[in-house]
Amino acid sequence: MHLTDFQIFLLLSLLKVAVVLVITLTAVAYTVLLERKVIGRMQNRWGPSRVGPFGLLQPLADGIKLFLKEDLTPMLVDRPLFLAAPVIALTCALVSVAVVPFGAVTIYKGVDLFEVANVNVGLLVILGITSIGVYGIALSGWSSNNKFALLGSLRATSQMISYELALGLSLVGVVLRAGSLNLRTIVDSQSAHGMISWNIFGGFQFVAFFIYLMSAYAETNRSPFDLPEAESELVAGYHTEYSSMKFAMFFMAEYANMITVSCVATLMFFGGASSPFGHLTDFGGPIAMGLQSIFWFLFKIVAFLFLYIWVRSTLPRFRYDQLMGFGWKFLMPVAIVNIIVTSLAMALHAKV
Amino acid sequence: MQLALFIIFAALAIAGALNLLLQKHPINSALSLVVVMLSLAVLYWSLGAEFLAAAQVIVYSGAIMVLFVFVIMLLNAGEEEHTTGSRAAYFAGIPGSLAVFCLLSFVFLRESKALGNVHMSNAPAGAMSNIAQISEVLFTKLLLPFEVTSILILVAILGAVVLARKEEHE
Repeated sequence: MHLTDFQIFLLLSLLKVAVVLVITLTAVAYTVLLERKVIGRMQNRWGPSRVGPFGLLQPLADGIKLFLKEDLTPMLVDRPLFLAAPVIALTCALVSVAVVPFGAVTIYKGVDLFEVANVNVGLLVILGITSIGVYGIALSGWSSNNKFALLGSLRATSQMISYELALGLSLVGVVLRAGSLNLRTIVDSQSAHGMISWNIFGGFQFVAFFIYLMSAYAETNRSPFDLPEAESELVAGYHTEYSSMKFAMFFMAEYANMITVSCVATLMFFGGASSPFGHLTDFGGPIAMGLQSIFWFLFKIVAFLFLYIWVRSTLPRFRYDQLMGFGWKFLMPVAIVNIIVTSLAMALHAKV
Repeated sequence: MQLALFIIFAALAIAGALNLLLQKHPINSALSLVVVMLSLAVLYWSLGAEFLAAAQVIVYSGAIMVLFVFVIMLLNAGEEEHTTGSRAAYFAGIPGSLAVFCLLSFVFLRESKALGNVHMSNAPAGAMSNIAQISEVLFTKLLLPFEVTSILILVAILGAVVLARKEEHE
């Protein structure tokens, strides 16, 4: 059977979408397990260890449990929005992985295998989809007709729109250095000499990186910025009234967002899928090189996820006014100063 | 392909706009407006204006409409009452909007040849994006309006700060 170029493109794209989706969902499930295990060890206990060897089948058991639970819908909820909210949250969390290049450029029949869609404004696409994801949380709290859920979602929404600014501004320095919003180009601009050309070291973007890291923790509602779901004050925050699969969708969205944020951190500051040793470790044919790049990308992502969990088990929660003050009065001005210094340095460099 | 995208998302935009007017609850209207803005972003994208599409999503659907929804949630606005509409709306509004519609379609149909044609496939992945073009125009030809707009926004921010502080003193 002879296929036209378009048919090959379509088939390979569908295949890429399916593979990436399955891997992301599996990664979400195992991030949950990783978190429970690591936090367990940090608190001097074992964590889940009964289901399967080392508790490795725990995500499966959790999935079955959540799936088979009774799906309660409380009275007086705004039903359409109540149903739409978890769908919006999960969809937005999963879609943004589409523009992430998770390996070196590997062209097979004119299709880039290691990125679902190579978009010129890839970074803006991720930021845009993340900003749409706010609706999932905002609507879930409002439609639940529950004051704790409403308070949780108000906190989450205001926190996310506040920290979105610092997050966006912290990435401007990197964009200035790369001269592009295309994630591939940004990665390429850091892959010349391995670790030295990464934006965090050679690019002198470490201030931007710490701003990004902190705003990313706030964006994903993770500890120490997990006020939207502070158990001691708000029962469970915006998903108080959700049960069964709808709750699972919020849960998966949170972890998928963590993965996306780690992907962006890797791409923007840590050279994406490029090796930390530059071209010293280049060996083998295209397949070996492709696998190597995927290994480095996954290694960096797992390192970021581990950092997330480490921070969660280490730091106490912020107070709400401290959170807002920190975002607006500290992170944002520092991010702006970082942009000015970076552009000044680049202008001077271009002149000399 | 482009035509199919246009038909789907133009229909979605119109449906969203109608829903915005017909819904009784303000939060449903606000969400319909989000649908309109997202469909517009897809239309921009299909015309090759990637940056405009992304900016539309981030600024309008992601920031401004979230703020709208936030305020509606915070004030807990109830359902609106539907009136039959004022007489002025019937006598001036409907003919007026029809006249504007006719005028716009007349102008566009007449000038359609001069407006040119853009296809989505014209911009292959990895090619020069239109951000450079937009910023060049913005920082050379349109510098004065651009700066004036930023001062306008600064004034608006200061006004908001002043209004917010006033309550604190009382």
